[in-house]
Amino acid sequence: MISPRVLARLAAEAIALAAVPLVAGNDYYVNLGSQVLIAAIFAMSLNILVGYGGMTSLGHAAYLGVSAYATAWLAQRMGMGPLAAGACALAITTLLAAFYGVLALRASGLGFLMITLALGQILWGLAYRWVAVTGGDNGLSGLARPAPFGWDLGSATAFYYFSLAVFGIAFAAIGLFVGSPFGASLKGARDQPRRMRALGYNVWLIRWISFVVSGFWGGVAGLLYVYYNNFISPHALSLTQSAEALLMVIAGGPATLLGPLVGAALVIVMKNVVSAYVERWTLLLGAVFVAIVIFLPDGLVPGAQRLWARWASRRGKGGR
Amino acid sequence: MTAALSIADLRKSFGGLPATDGVSMEIAAGERRLIIGPNGAGKTTLFNLISGDLRADSGSVRLFGEEVGHLRPDQRAQRGLARTYQIITLFPRNTIAENVILAMLGLTPSRWQPLLPLARRRDLRERAREVLARVGLEAVADRPLAAASYGEKRRAEIAMALAQDPRLLLLDEPLAGLSMEERKSVQALLEAIPRDVTIVMIEHDTDAALAFAERITVLHYGTVIVEGTRAEVVAHPRTREVYLGA
Amino acid sequence: MGFWITQSLNSLALGGLLFTLSAGFSLIFGLMRIANLSHGAYFMLGAYIGLTLLRTGMNFWLAMLLAGAAMAIFGALIERFVLRRLAGRTLSQVLATLGIAFMIADACLWIWSGDPMPLPGPASLEGAVPVLGARFPLYRLAVIAVAAVIYAGLLLVVERTRIGAMIRAGVDDLDMARAVGIPVKTLFTAVFALGAGLAGVGGVIAGPILSVYPGLDADMLPLALVVVILGGVGSLTGAAIGSVVIGFIYTFGQALLPDLAYVILFLPMVLVLVARPRGLFGRVTT
Repeated sequence: MISPRVLARLAAEAIALAAVPLVAGNDYYVNLGSQVLIAAIFAMSLNILVGYGGMTSLGHAAYLGVSAYATAWLAQRMGMGPLAAGACALAITTLLAAFYGVLALRASGLGFLMITLALGQILWGLAYRWVAVTGGDNGLSGLARPAPFGWDLGSATAFYYFSLAVFGIAFAAIGLFVGSPFGASLKGARDQPRRMRALGYNVWLIRWISFVVSGFWGGVAGLLYVYYNNFISPHALSLTQSAEALLMVIAGGPATLLGPLVGAALVIVMKNVVSAYVERWTLLLGAVFVAIVIFLPDGLVPGAQRLWARWASRRGKGGR
Repeated sequence: MTAALSIADLRKSFGGLPATDGVSMEIAAGERRLIIGPNGAGKTTLFNLISGDLRADSGSVRLFGEEVGHLRPDQRAQRGLARTYQIITLFPRNTIAENVILAMLGLTPSRWQPLLPLARRRDLRERAREVLARVGLEAVADRPLAAASYGEKRRAEIAMALAQDPRLLLLDEPLAGLSMEERKSVQALLEAIPRDVTIVMIEHDTDAALAFAERITVLHYGTVIVEGTRAEVVAHPRTREVYLGA
Repeated sequence: MGFWITQSLNSLALGGLLFTLSAGFSLIFGLMRIANLSHGAYFMLGAYIGLTLLRTGMNFWLAMLLAGAAMAIFGALIERFVLRRLAGRTLSQVLATLGIAFMIADACLWIWSGDPMPLPGPASLEGAVPVLGARFPLYRLAVIAVAAVIYAGLLLVVERTRIGAMIRAGVDDLDMARAVGIPVKTLFTAVFALGAGLAGVGGVIAGPILSVYPGLDADMLPLALVVVILGGVGSLTGAAIGSVVIGFIYTFGQALLPDLAYVILFLPMVLVLVARPRGLFGRVTT
């Protein structure tokens, strides 16, 4: 099972994350924390495909966007409560992922990349043009935050803890998924698909199921996104959004559980904090990304682990 | 008794060039069959057609009496077919034991289970160790596959095939690239496989392969030119023709 | 009747623009197997550079050529110092181009600020002329002509010159090309530079029609993808045909079904990819 050392590390990290609002001082940083967690969930969902499945997608924003739009629309136009709307939206998003998965999995590698990009662009185009339903460029607004079991999520701190709870559930579920026999078969299909078939595995089905699971968790991120912002616009479905998510996954470390969180923190912090000091933070982000792709292709988390291991062994503590 | 493998008039062309040109073959259950032929004769293509990695243009493949030509490779594996490949394509990021566990899972329904950790399955770990002991790799079970020697990788591949308790085992040049010692140990391993596994092997006509074979099929330009017992094939004039150049 | 003529000519003009954008993308993808996600950014940067040159009063065609040359040099440097380091790792190369796209986009925002700016077209081509009963902007007719000239020129290079033969060989079978002694590394740099240069030229030509604005790169990149997927990777004529087809689909789609214009654009791409994912790529990619 999970070793005591890993468990202790996870507990420490959980406590650190839980302490953020207490340490942060003002709402601005607490909200930043919420944004990081939402982005992290989104990146984790993409990581199932990219890191563990070996399928690079540039259309993942579709699931965040559809989930967010569906929630807002169902709440506004159908008068559903935010949680009920969210549950329906999640179902719709999962069905979308099931459909898109059948199309996208006709190809692999660059073909897959392009199909996912095209499928994402179709939805972006719809959000932009179908003004009657989506509000076009203005988007949909006025969605109230839910109150699960009477818990008022209006304040920054309350919403942060809500996001943290959802993040924790997602982290645990995806962690179990990745460590399970199914997860092992997904990783195997990533590494040697032909060998996996020879061993009796239905590689297409493994990939399709993973695609749907990935879309589901992307939809969960979409729910948090629209609850947090009380607003959704076509930008959430854009190619830029999908590209940013990919950036987070690659930078943090694909095929690691914490990589997406690290990548999300990197991007969000650069966007909001660094931008106050460095005007050209996007330029910097792009440069950092290219540097990671060249020098640390496994991402920041494994890179840091390697440095830590080297440092630890040099200090005579014995490497990992 | 039903033949383990029954191929009838199998054909496959690539862009007009026939790689497999009307091959028919019957392999009895428990038999040890060797397939030889010059390079480019279509031996691996034939294996790919049997395992499903390639779809035949025409002809039939029957596994223990059941027509499998329309089935995917994983479906054929589920019916008791296992194979090794010429180029080793195992899982370098995993340990040798984990590679074997992956093979064992392939035929069980628990491979679909998405929640409980695989690491918890002690039964799988123990069975993997047993299989690895059969091939002499127990000592290196926890070594990452990438760190294993070429001979160890070959033996691991065979272990993975055996771990699935196959009825028909296809071996594509299992002795290639091995040192004398490694070759001897793999040979012994193959000879120790019980008779409930039918073995078809592609190899070069080395003494080791010839000694192992009961019946030999000689392929040339995608067709069977000679077939028979070892003695018959070795003595046949066409065999010598093909190898010394017609 | 006038409507159909005007929109058809608009379609051809858009097709011409798309061709200058996509031809380079197709060659880069066909030869180097890299989906150059910074291609739209080269188009945009070329337009901005052209704008700055035009503001100095330079002749339009000279500005276009200089902007193209600048982008070609820029592309060569990127290929040599970033992409070549990642040789053999196609996914890493694609991701690197993504990062570079981000960098270029932000740099453009920094240097030229966020306001959309139309490029002034050549004075000699101002105004409209009667064409088959309708009045049509002269400049757009010129765009069609220029695109045709570029197509002819590229076809000449690819079909009749030695370097063209090397490109065709590389697109066909890269390992074989290496084996017969074709200097693949240099060829890659040259083709990437050519692609970037073409994109830059396209940006300047498009300037009077589309203007230049932040986000132009993200708008153009998917169009290049659609054209190349439809027309076939590595094929100039395919890119030409694909550009014209997309030009027509987009223009008429915008005019007749504005709500669904974008969907109509990408649906053919999805359909083609879904129906023939392997048939589009000469080599089987994993």
